[in-house]
Amino acid sequence: MRPSGNPPPAPVIDGPIDNRPIDNRPIDNRPTDNWPSSDLIGSDRRGLPPAGEKGDIDAVLAVLEQVPDPEVPVVSVVELGIVRDIDWVDDRLAVNVTPTYSGCPATEVIEQHIHEALVAAGYSDPLIQRRLSPAWTTDWLTDTGREKLRAYGIAPPVGSASKRSLTGQSDPVVPCPLCGSNTTERVSEFGSTACKALYRCRDCLEPFDYFKCL
Amino acid sequence: MQNMALKNTALKNMAQKTQAPLTDYLLRLGDNALVLGQRHAQLCGKAPALEEELALMNVGLDLFGQARNWLGYAAELMVADLVTDNIDADHLAFRRDAQDFRNLLITEQPNGDFADTIGRQFLFDAWHVHLLDGLAGSSDPRIAEVAAKSLKEATYHLRRSSEWVIRLGDGTEESHTRMQRALDNLWQFTGELLQVDEIDQAMIEAGIAPDPETIAARWKATVEEVLEEATLERPSYDAWMYTGGKVGHHTEHLGFLLAEMQYLPRAYPDATVW
Repeated sequence: MRPSGNPPPAPVIDGPIDNRPIDNRPIDNRPTDNWPSSDLIGSDRRGLPPAGEKGDIDAVLAVLEQVPDPEVPVVSVVELGIVRDIDWVDDRLAVNVTPTYSGCPATEVIEQHIHEALVAAGYSDPLIQRRLSPAWTTDWLTDTGREKLRAYGIAPPVGSASKRSLTGQSDPVVPCPLCGSNTTERVSEFGSTACKALYRCRDCLEPFDYFKCL
Repeated sequence: MQNMALKNTALKNMAQKTQAPLTDYLLRLGDNALVLGQRHAQLCGKAPALEEELALMNVGLDLFGQARNWLGYAAELMVADLVTDNIDADHLAFRRDAQDFRNLLITEQPNGDFADTIGRQFLFDAWHVHLLDGLAGSSDPRIAEVAAKSLKEATYHLRRSSEWVIRLGDGTEESHTRMQRALDNLWQFTGELLQVDEIDQAMIEAGIAPDPETIAARWKATVEEVLEEATLERPSYDAWMYTGGKVGHHTEHLGFLLAEMQYLPRAYPDATVW
């Protein structure tokens, strides 16, 4: 969570739709009297031309790349691999999102943030749909997402989410994200969230989170 | 007016009769996850170690998420079949009484000491993963997708509970004694895991639920493997077993659990922000 009362500057989207900034501030920080402000809510344009043109998808992706995961804010929802599909249904933008875990408490918040970011970018009434199948896997984390996790101090998933890695038959060597050492050990199967395990580096002695394979 | 009311009741009863097996089966799946998840929630702030606090809460959260998926589906079916007015998963979780819950008795057993908590989890996980694995191939696509998602989570749950059973069983004299005691006490609720009644039978015949013989064989294999490594003695499969949770006959523990879990939504039934 970001410290309240001191929101970071809102990023500016550089896309063909418009250049409106996206409000990435936490929800309770938002001024209630003028949100959504009339010029945003008043945007009754039909969003974009029908689907099919690559450029349109890219523009939507550019917006979604600015929406951070609320629990690991260094990665965006796109880098996390939870945005599964972007399409237009009768001129209405439809975005399919999959939850990371069944009980992920951030699921609704993420969907709300995606909705707000798209509205702020000029897409009128976007449809955010939740999709369970195929189930999310850490294999969908993008390479940049993995690198950002590491830089943030969270070891990214090692290898692929095979049945062997799930059942613990092949315990991976998890390099320490802080010093790079391979001499690390698992402290607990579950870390600060369900998607992470708690590890400890035996060289630099620092504890760290490991984003485990799922 | 009275006639109309009677007619509506008759209609609802009839609809319930035709819909009951699948709805009931979903309530069983959902209530297992909900009640066991609530047992975990009760340990918030009371776990023996910080790492275990995190693990217990995460497992509980996974179970709540699974419960929401199962109960959400059950609620939709109940509404569609005119069994009840517009309801959702929250309504099923917070507005039903103990006799309407369909969870297995083992899931409602008290947390006790850490061996009781872990033993309950292990015996359940060892069954849950194999059931979910089978349900992922269900003829009902919605059940299949919820099961496939839940299976990944349950696999981690089993991994953790197995490790703990082994560590406690093959640990100190004290931990071994307690783990064996927990196992002996919980064993009487395991018969229900493998019990097949007419609702299960209807689901199996419809291709919705997997073959119970396979589930039973795999559960036994997992339990035997872990208990052997844990140097624990496995009680007899022929021991006398308690059953009844699947048809709403519960142990006295469920009522207390529900009283705590349901207090707030029952006290403020129309509140939208708590």
